[in-house]
Amino acid sequence: MFEVIQKEMIVPNLHLLTIKAPEVASQIEPGQFVIVRSHQDAERIPLSVADWDREQGTVTMIFMVVGKSTARLARLNNGDNIPTLVGPLGKPTVIENFGTVMCIGGCYGIGSIYPVIRKLKEKGNEIITVVEARSSYLLYWLDKLGKLSKKIKIITRDGSFGIKGHINCLTEIMEKEKITPDRIIVNGCTYLLSKSSADLRSLNVPIVVSLNPIMIDGTGMCGVCRVTVDGNTKFACVDGPDFDGRLVDWTELFQRRKQYMNEEAQLVHSSGCGGGHE
Amino acid sequence: MSKLDLNRREMPKQSPEIRKSNFNEVAFGYTKELAVAEASRCLQCKKPRCVEGCPVDINIPGFIKCIVNSEFTGAIRVIKEKNCLPAVCGRVCPQEEQCESKCVLLKQGAPIAIGRLERFAAEMEVAREKFELPEKNPPTGKKVAVIGSGPAGITVAGDLIMLGHEVTIFEALHAAGGVLTYGIPEFRLPKKVVNREMEYIQRLGVKLITNFVVGKTRSLQTLLKQYDAVFVGTGAGLPWFMNIAGENYNGCYSANEFLTRMNLMKGYQFPNSFTPIIRHKKIAIIGGGNVAMDCARTALRLGAKESYIVYRRSEAELPARLEEYENAVEEGVIFHFLTLPVKLTADQSGWVKEMECLKMKLGEPDASGRRRPIPIDNSNFTMPIDGYVVAIGNSPNPLIPSTTPELEVSKKGTIVADLETGKTSMDRVWAGGDIVTGAATVILAMGAGKKAARSMHEYLMKN
Ligand SMILES: Cc1cc2nc3c(=O)[nH]c(=O)nc-3n(C[C@H](O)[C@H](O)[C@H](O)COP(=O)(O)OP(=O)(O)OC[C@H]3O[C@@H](n4cnc5c(N)ncnc54)[C@H](O)[C@@H]3O)c2cc1C
Ligand SMILES: Cc1cc2nc3c(=O)[nH]c(=O)nc-3n(C[C@H](O)[C@H](O)[C@H](O)COP(=O)(O)OP(=O)(O)OC[C@H]3O[C@@H](n4cnc5c(N)ncnc54)[C@H](O)[C@@H]3O)c2cc1C
Ligand code: SF4
Ligand code: SF4
Ligand code: FES
Repeated sequence: MFEVIQKEMIVPNLHLLTIKAPEVASQIEPGQFVIVRSHQDAERIPLSVADWDREQGTVTMIFMVVGKSTARLARLNNGDNIPTLVGPLGKPTVIENFGTVMCIGGCYGIGSIYPVIRKLKEKGNEIITVVEARSSYLLYWLDKLGKLSKKIKIITRDGSFGIKGHINCLTEIMEKEKITPDRIIVNGCTYLLSKSSADLRSLNVPIVVSLNPIMIDGTGMCGVCRVTVDGNTKFACVDGPDFDGRLVDWTELFQRRKQYMNEEAQLVHSSGCGGGHE
Repeated sequence: MSKLDLNRREMPKQSPEIRKSNFNEVAFGYTKELAVAEASRCLQCKKPRCVEGCPVDINIPGFIKCIVNSEFTGAIRVIKEKNCLPAVCGRVCPQEEQCESKCVLLKQGAPIAIGRLERFAAEMEVAREKFELPEKNPPTGKKVAVIGSGPAGITVAGDLIMLGHEVTIFEALHAAGGVLTYGIPEFRLPKKVVNREMEYIQRLGVKLITNFVVGKTRSLQTLLKQYDAVFVGTGAGLPWFMNIAGENYNGCYSANEFLTRMNLMKGYQFPNSFTPIIRHKKIAIIGGGNVAMDCARTALRLGAKESYIVYRRSEAELPARLEEYENAVEEGVIFHFLTLPVKLTADQSGWVKEMECLKMKLGEPDASGRRRPIPIDNSNFTMPIDGYVVAIGNSPNPLIPSTTPELEVSKKGTIVADLETGKTSMDRVWAGGDIVTGAATVILAMGAGKKAARSMHEYLMKN
């Protein structure tokens, strides 16, 4: 069993979950994920890791309530125990000294990009961070991200904070601010990942996206997480989750993510994603 | 001696009409009367050929004799000298290729139903409620790590704990049992049978740590610093696809996904379980082995109107257990032999809707000794489907080899290990089961576990 150290709603519908898992905490690297189950017989759900503390032996995730399983997770209290936390899974994000790196986060990705930025900074990169949300009340961790970034740009759809707009105003911002990154890293919902990949491909730099297809085991056993990248089938849980967004077959990924939509609807349905999930 | 009794006793089963809409076990098992009658047919051969057919050398006439005399405790004791999972093997061994294929009564068309009797003996033990814990050897102070809780790992753990070593099993999934838990369906191998076995070895003192991926959570190299010896029994869990156009459309699965959703994630109880499943109407399963039969029959139980097995060779080459093939036919699975899928098409929203196939004919025997299927030109035809499952095999899971460069692997990705001892190229590391042989059978995995346990014990006592 794994103890819940902290469970807190940080903004409406987004929850922070810190779990005691010393072995996992000792191994995890930026860009990796874990699989959790909230109770016996629960679905296995993959969550990116947003932070960890190797000394305390804890890992922290930020998740959005989108269906029955995440709703159950949201009901956890400090001191509860969950039966599964397994990881670290997937390959870590490749982090070297690239020069200038633009990091884009939306939704839970505002959290999961934080350790990526932290390590990029350690390696001597200059970081330009872009955060996107529907409205100011959905923003979090801006100070943490801001401290590590040379610049931080915030986009909200209702203009309640930062730039009013949508992720499609990225190119405009970049021109205005004369940002010429050597690499782009994007974490968040599939819409954000695909839109950034489409809009920024003309820059001719790698666009690293952290994909989030449906998964079960997370160890390469079932194949449900397969995605087509550069014409080849890849298993996101072991070959990814990071891929170059310019090479991902987005149409297929969107379709595959919807496979269980009707069935999930039988369970419960709530809320949409900050990134404007179609 | 009295006249030969050639009446091989059938095992009572649920009728096909009823069982194809539930997930309860198909066979009820022998009653005492049936078991004793079947056991009494055994000739108690002086040189029992049947034993040669059993990969773990069970004293078959010995345990059968006990059943004849209604000494059921004695029967299970004889079996357990060699096989720690009789309730599993009695159900899933391909007996017609193993023990029963060597029985002298086969010539008369009525080999002794050894598997059914083994299963019966195991069930009788359970019926006694508390089964006795055998005496263990005194502690040796040696520590062993077993990676993977499939039949190979369970066997190694069970044998080494009896010999006095401390044993810990590490399992990647949240439930133990390997393919017995996530693959073979409830209606063929009830999960309570597997859980019982897991509980038993834990009562013997084996420590089980689930949710632990060796190679990720901790490396094999680190395990070697903490344990005196390590056994790798991680199975063949990487699914193959056909690599034809359209396999990533919605409604297309690997057998592993399809069966894992049903078994491990209890999808058949959906919407009372959490992991969703889709109830397909016309589903095509590609392949002809046990895995394909399991998928096709699972699909029927989920309400498929038509469940097809699409196999590129003919009925004679089907690799599945005979009993499962017969069960599948009875339940109404539709077989398309000599047929090879070449392409899938989808509707506008990306759901598979049609499968294009080629007709095949059989040519000369290939390396496997079976006649090679050859496509017939211009024989293309299409089948409307809304589900597609690939059950053509699995490769070994590369997780451990890829994070352990010192470990020698073959071109096929299997770990290279000595067949007699299970020793690998790495000091203090043994391996066995599907990770060494490629996808095989439960009893072969157990046999490999036995040999490895013996070799590990020898090593541990010397060092
Ligand atoms: C590698 C990986 C890392 C992930 N990291 C995180 C993370 O850090 N935080 C997090 O919140 N989620 C993350 N996800 C997504 C998360 O696993 C799913 O949101 C979760 O499994 C949904 O479970 P559920 O039962 O609550 O919802 P379901 O009932 O399974 O889904 C309900 C509905 O919401 C849709 N949906 C599912 N996921 C999302 C989503 N992320 N955004 C919008 N709609 C969605 C589904 O298509 C479905 O229609 C990650 C996924 C992967 C593969
Ligand atoms: C659907 C299906 C039906 C079958 N039917 C039959 C049948 O009727 N009769 C028969 O004899 N055989 C049958 N088989 C084959 C048989 O089940 C296998 O040959 C046997 O289970 C192999 O045992 P194993 O111990 O080598 O591996 P497995 O049973 O595959 O167990 C390996 C275990 O290791 C775990 N693991 C993998 N990697 C790691 C890691 N890095 N860290 C920790 N744990 C890890 C896995 O999660 C798994 O639990 C069937 C197989 C399938 C899939
Ligand atoms: S273990 Fe399998 S092969 Fe051996 S006697 Fe039992 S059923 Fe036959
Ligand atoms: S070969 Fe057949 S008849 Fe002879 S001992 Fe074995 S099971 Fe009995
Ligand atoms: S989640 Fe099963 S193979 Fe990736």
